[in-house]
Amino acid sequence: MTTQNARPTASAIQPPGPGDLRLIVRDQPMSLAAHVAHYGPVPLHAARPSALIAEVERAGLTGRGGAAFPTGRKLRAVATANSGRSTAVVVANGSESEPASSKDAVLLTRSPHLVLDGVALAAEAIGAARAYLCVAARGSLVQSLADALAERDRARLAHVPIEVIGGPDGYLPGQETALVSVLNGGRPMPSFVPPRPSDKGVRRQPTLVLNVETLAQVALIARYGAAWFRSVGSDASPGSALVTVSGGVGRPGVREIPLGTPLGEVLRRSGLSSPAQAVLTGGYFGAWLPLPAAFGVPVSAPGLRAAGASLGAGVLAVLPDTACGLAETARVTGYLASQSAGQCGPCRNGMPALAEAMNWIAFGQPDTDVIRWARQVTELITGRGACHLPDGAAGLVTTALAVFSAELRAHARAGPCERTRRPAVLPIPQLSS
Amino acid sequence: MSHEPEDRPVPQSPRDLELRVNPIACDAHGVCIELLPELIVADPWGYPLIRPGPVPLRLQALARRAVADCPTLALLLAERPAGRPEAARRQVRPNR
Ligand SMILES: Cc1cc2nc3c(=O)[nH]c(=O)nc-3n(C[C@H](O)[C@H](O)[C@H](O)COP(=O)(O)O)c2cc1C
Ligand code: SF4
Repeated sequence: MTTQNARPTASAIQPPGPGDLRLIVRDQPMSLAAHVAHYGPVPLHAARPSALIAEVERAGLTGRGGAAFPTGRKLRAVATANSGRSTAVVVANGSESEPASSKDAVLLTRSPHLVLDGVALAAEAIGAARAYLCVAARGSLVQSLADALAERDRARLAHVPIEVIGGPDGYLPGQETALVSVLNGGRPMPSFVPPRPSDKGVRRQPTLVLNVETLAQVALIARYGAAWFRSVGSDASPGSALVTVSGGVGRPGVREIPLGTPLGEVLRRSGLSSPAQAVLTGGYFGAWLPLPAAFGVPVSAPGLRAAGASLGAGVLAVLPDTACGLAETARVTGYLASQSAGQCGPCRNGMPALAEAMNWIAFGQPDTDVIRWARQVTELITGRGACHLPDGAAGLVTTALAVFSAELRAHARAGPCERTRRPAVLPIPQLSS
Repeated sequence: MSHEPEDRPVPQSPRDLELRVNPIACDAHGVCIELLPELIVADPWGYPLIRPGPVPLRLQALARRAVADCPTLALLLAERPAGRPEAARRQVRPNR
């Protein structure tokens, strides 16, 4: 793909090699000048902008916002819905509602221009007229991204107008139909599909909702191509991804990994030393995996799916031996229940029921009836909300009851042990109501 | 999650139809549960649980009636996406 608004010559730039970091290359915010010097100019104004869609399809990029949906297919769906018009809208999802994730905030802070490049390139590829970049209003991102956009204006980098939107706190505002609702002036509540945002989203126009890391990957594919993208990772799951490692590790934080790296290797690189019993993968709508049994599981969407878990938002939260997995799960389930929009009957009734059952299992002395009820509620809420919130809570509880089965028996026999009274490993956001 | 276009061709055979609930619109009036107990039962909170799989031909007329009679128009008779396993557990495709 060629470029017209080049300043440094593209040929002088070496694409990142196999061992190099791709997405976050500085521990400071990268200025536009440093960004262009490192990655080369933004390949905007291509002769055939839609060629990028085929390149993304060839790359095999999947969404980094949670569902690992093929990005090329989504781009094509919106481009098709938009064909003959140019009213489509791009929504870059940087809400990062997942409490144990910080990869999107770190990416937006250190590499803002890579994400903005991705927004501009995706907009050009589908023929969109405008774009929104949604982040949490709380924090400094709204300001730092406005500064980055001003930097681009000063450099006369011409592309679709991008508006930074500071969204509300909470777990639901990051869900794509809730995001669309906020942009339409409504409340942060999911809506029933169809219509999908790709057909009718912001102002009822075809709307492309992509996670900000996904868009940064699009910016790299536009520069260096699909073959380069696939030169790390595995065939089934090409490329790299950002993960947020937290909990019982010596060096918690965000790191970029080749997809398919064994879980044990990722955790060891993050300084896993003391004994750990399990890891929460994906996020709070994710799944528990036992340690060390799961050390060999490839960290990738298909690898984790085969192990009964998910890559989700790239969360890997390690549970040390000193903590109680049932108590952690009960607290997270209570948090998720508090975040229900209360729009769907099975979610409005089932989420509190699940949280109550989990509380009793963790902090009471559960009999078989309570455990059976908890399992039954997970089945009753799965797939029965307009959004995936109840499914996520169900998966979390189901895997907790399996991975922490020894604790479950111990609680049933003798009640909770003193580990349930230790400080929580998984952060629970302050509930604002 | 599926992103297939919503305007699929008209169903060719009775196997192609399935019931879906819009859980946001549903207020647990239970009209559908009364009309179509073969396919719809109440969960512990009174909300409709739908038997997975296609609507049998002999029940399609009743299914249409249930759709029309729902006070909040929350019951939908939709075309079954191709390739859906016969015993799919989900009645709705939540959006992620
Ligand atoms: C309850 C809930 C919360 C979500 N929160 C986020 C979020 O904070 N950020 C995000 O990118 N995706 C979030 N998602 C996923 C989005 O709905 C959407 O699938 C995603 O932004 C699409 O981007 P991708 O294709 O690049 O993954 C959430 C989904 C659910 C069900
Ligand atoms: S499933 Fe729950 S959180 Fe999602 S839209 Fe329905 S009520 Fe709201």
